[in-house]
Amino acid sequence: MSDNHADHGHDDHGHHHEMTFLEKYVIPLDHKYIAKQYLLTGMFMALIGGFFSYAFRMQLAWPGSDIPMFGHMSPAEYNAAITTHGTVMIFWVAMPVLIAAFGNFLIPLMVGADDMAFPRLNRLSYQVFFVSVVLIIASIFVPGGAFGGAWTAYPPLSAEPTYNLTPTGSTLWILAVAVEFAAFLIGGINFIVTAMNARAPGMKWDRVPMVVWMICIASILFMLSVGPLIAGAVMLFFDQVLNTGFYDPTRGGDPILWQHLFWFFGHPEVYVVLLPATGMVAEVITVFSRKKLFGYQLVLFTSIGTGVLSFFVWAHHQFVAGIDPRMANIFTVTTVLISIPIAEMLFLYIATLYKGSITFSTPMLWALGFIFAFLIGGVTGIPLGASGSDIYLHDSYFVLAHFHFTFFPIAFMGTFCGLSFWYPKMFGKMMNDTLGKIHFWLTFLSFHGIFIPLFVLGLAGQHRRIFDFTNYPDLATPDLQSVRIFATCSLLVLLASQSIFLYNFFYNMFFGKDAPANPWNSSTLEWTVPSPPPHGNFGNKFPEVYRGPYEYSVPDRELDYWPQSEPS
Amino acid sequence: MIEWLIPQTSTFASDIDNLFLLIVLVVGFWYALTVGMFFWLMIRYRAREGVKAEYITGKEPELKRWITIPHALIILCDVVLVVGAVKVWYDVKQDLPPADAELRVVSQQWAWTFHHEGPDGELGTPDDIVLVDELHIEVGKTYHWHLESLDVLHSFSIPTMRFKQDAIPGRVNTGWFTPTKTGEYDVQCAEMCGIGHGAMGARVFIHTPEDYELWQKIASARLAGR
Amino acid sequence: MASKVIANTRTAAGLTTGKLAIWWLLGSEIVIFGGLLGSYIMHRLGHPEWANYAVHTNVWAGGLNTFILLTSSLFAVLAHQAAEHGDGPKAAKLLFATFCGGLGFLCVKTFEWSNEIAHGYTITANTFWSFYYTAAGIHGLHVIIGMSIMLFIAYNANKGKDLHRVELVGLYWHFVDIVWIFLFPLLYIAK
Ligand code: HEA
Ligand code: HEA
Ligand code: CUA
Ligand SMILES: [Cu+2]
Repeated sequence: MSDNHADHGHDDHGHHHEMTFLEKYVIPLDHKYIAKQYLLTGMFMALIGGFFSYAFRMQLAWPGSDIPMFGHMSPAEYNAAITTHGTVMIFWVAMPVLIAAFGNFLIPLMVGADDMAFPRLNRLSYQVFFVSVVLIIASIFVPGGAFGGAWTAYPPLSAEPTYNLTPTGSTLWILAVAVEFAAFLIGGINFIVTAMNARAPGMKWDRVPMVVWMICIASILFMLSVGPLIAGAVMLFFDQVLNTGFYDPTRGGDPILWQHLFWFFGHPEVYVVLLPATGMVAEVITVFSRKKLFGYQLVLFTSIGTGVLSFFVWAHHQFVAGIDPRMANIFTVTTVLISIPIAEMLFLYIATLYKGSITFSTPMLWALGFIFAFLIGGVTGIPLGASGSDIYLHDSYFVLAHFHFTFFPIAFMGTFCGLSFWYPKMFGKMMNDTLGKIHFWLTFLSFHGIFIPLFVLGLAGQHRRIFDFTNYPDLATPDLQSVRIFATCSLLVLLASQSIFLYNFFYNMFFGKDAPANPWNSSTLEWTVPSPPPHGNFGNKFPEVYRGPYEYSVPDRELDYWPQSEPS
Repeated sequence: MIEWLIPQTSTFASDIDNLFLLIVLVVGFWYALTVGMFFWLMIRYRAREGVKAEYITGKEPELKRWITIPHALIILCDVVLVVGAVKVWYDVKQDLPPADAELRVVSQQWAWTFHHEGPDGELGTPDDIVLVDELHIEVGKTYHWHLESLDVLHSFSIPTMRFKQDAIPGRVNTGWFTPTKTGEYDVQCAEMCGIGHGAMGARVFIHTPEDYELWQKIASARLAGR
Repeated sequence: MASKVIANTRTAAGLTTGKLAIWWLLGSEIVIFGGLLGSYIMHRLGHPEWANYAVHTNVWAGGLNTFILLTSSLFAVLAHQAAEHGDGPKAAKLLFATFCGGLGFLCVKTFEWSNEIAHGYTITANTFWSFYYTAAGIHGLHVIIGMSIMLFIAYNANKGKDLHRVELVGLYWHFVDIVWIFLFPLLYIAK
């Protein structure tokens, strides 16, 4: 990979030995290398998820035609493609990149530690994750095909091979998901413990950078919500391979049980990926508007509030699923309430711009683009949360557009924001800013071009997970079809523009300009060490921390930033 | 707003569309305000030569107001939205107005079977008219439907009626609708149910009373002839 | 690694790093068992007839196992005390006694399960038995994992190494014990 010139010279603690290639790149213990493993794996999985979205969007735009690089798409393949796309994008792109890659890279550096609290556990977490990657990829190629029962995997469809006709695929799918959960439980404990315990002297709670807080809160949310689903996954696995009847109504089981277990996890999960992205955005907007974060504690409270509320909203995915209709009223209240902390968080971010000095560099563009796009995703959640209108909107493309307007900003805009910001620190090189801006504008515009039309289709009554709308006379009109074609064409532009990013990313890794230690004049700890940081980060000792992370433009100081570890 | 894109064919369709409109207006107002503020700040405070950013913590009361007042107002708006949502929900899903006729809807991989009342006006008798992927109803009549599934989850959805309900194996779900506009519309399956999910459509025919009677006669005769 | 990591030497949150991690681990385990038992309780409430199946569980074996586990937990506490006093070999012996408790537990389970399976009450007999085997099985897996770790720690403790881990594995073992204290009434006694 990249920094073969990583500086081992700082390693002055005696028994120094040259690490072999295997030790350094394949089974590293250093958190920075594990972060890169997660990052590159996540990017590879993004290519898979993106390829599937290309394939099925082509099918939707030109049903039945031969898709370049894919061929003819059968209904079973369509279902498998959307299922794999959804699962991969959430569990193998958003989670590993936002939480594991950035968490690994940033937490020790930002709290002033030399590594994670448990480096070996950290390595194990990646290895377990890697097994899950192998499993999910294998599930695509097994006889019978990949699982096609949607990423929500509702039984009895997912439980009975006679119904889903993908006996091996569905078992591998549930195994892969369960193994991935295990990897993130191990990783999450490590993140939380590191951030709680390994903070450098002086790094008090209210001096911890927001992104560290957010990743930890996300890890806690994940940990407290995934348990029931792990139990549920074991039951589903037993239903599949041992022929038990946990979800089989004819044998005393209950298919709705899975929905409760799934969404009790599934809703907090969306905030698990949201929070790290908002954390990165907080770091970037403070740096590029040279401002202190507006209301540090309030931002913290809003994210904790969101986290707590997120445990009480899950049934808004099940309004029309046959639950007791009186329950819907309770969940409408909690769901609509969750708009309050999130609105407040966004307001605080926007308020941070007030009286700032804003530079529109690439990371800042991504951060601002994130706020803009996520606002649309957020407000379109409200008509879904209102039980009355969800009767119509449930399972329509309106839902689909809603959650792509949240997920895409999070998983891609958030990631691009973080990557373009910390790339110098990660790889010791600078990315090209002009290419970055071109990539931003193309991606930003084509993204809206894909999903705004899908809102319209959803309102026109188009349902999800349908491989060919010519089966439905009301939906087969030329007008609606041209909307679909427009969305697909926008996707082609989006995909093509990713090559700019990939070029910028990989080319500069090897041939880019060397990065200074602190290219953005940022105050947090990771910028006080060389780019890329040596093993042991701070020279195998803890730095002393004197102030909060966002002391920008402090009056009567010559510099407009104030490193956290600089004595007053 | 929704009715611009797709006709309304049930009594509650307009309630649901109006609720959606209410949400769009309330949330849209805040959205516009937020985005307006966002762009104004971005443009107003872009970096300029010789202008330094100010040091603001967010604890200053006169600035914090800009967060706390909207915060309170949004709680107020939330109350309005919840009341609207619950009202519509109650009418559509919790309340069960008296029936003029009944329907039995059976879903399976990948077809709909509709049991209509025969000429005797009762469901579950030998003269029931049983059709696959074809639902015939009469405008203005209130129907109670009984929804079943033989295998996996399906969802009975008629977009023009703004109507949707999941079918669960092992249970019979009951609810109601009243069609208001004649014509022929799509029925979609709205829950992933396997390979044929994407083709699990049906058609609903909403007849005038006269047409309905005619259809019932022909259908019963055809049934008897078999 | 060229040099030892020092990140785990700080205690900024007031607990040792190991203990903090164990508590978080137990937190995540609690929700796993919580989800499983919650699902079971909801089913049980919806199916009064399951009481007729529960009759066929062996309350004596379950009771004996409760006793064995509680006793082994006591040994774990004593092992912790010994470790506190720096007496590695004694802690190792007591941990080994705890380990034997786990072994006894598994023996009783084997006897119990083979008996039940012989009578046709297998995991697929009906959903009560599915829950019975799944819940007790996942718990049993935790017992086995705990025992393996304990053996490893006892081996080191005997040499006076890593004595602080005695307490950590003890905490884990108490948790396994507590889970059983929930399982026993729910699966065996509730009729
Ligand atoms: C990270 C992803 C993410 C995020 C952040 C959200 C955020 C929200 N989601 Fe979304 N959602 C998904 C991912 C996400 N969702 C996914 C994946 C699905 C579909 C799963 C599937 O079926 O496959 C889904 C589906 C989904 C449903 C189920 C729809 C259905 O299937 O019928 C509902 C219903 O309540 C819902 C609601 C919400 C709400 C209320 C929020 C809130 O958090 C949004 C809060 C934010 C704001 C409201 C914006 C800011 C506020 C203002 C500008 C102030 C003005 C606001 C008011 C006055 C109210 N979502
Ligand atoms: C994080 C979540 C995520 C993301 C990012 C996306 C991204 C995209 N999704 Fe996805 N989608 C889901 C989650 C996601 N989706 C889920 C959960 C479902 C539901 C599945 C179900 O029903 O079961 C779904 C379903 C779904 C459907 C509905 C299918 C149906 O119901 O019939 C459609 C249709 O258009 C669609 C389209 C797209 C498109 C065009 C993109 C594009 O934005 C994709 C663009 C791809 C790329 C840009 C990748 C290449 C980029 C790189 C290689 C850059 C480097 C990467 C990094 C730095 C990380 N998606
Ligand atoms: Cu039936 Cu989908
Ligand atoms: Cu949700």
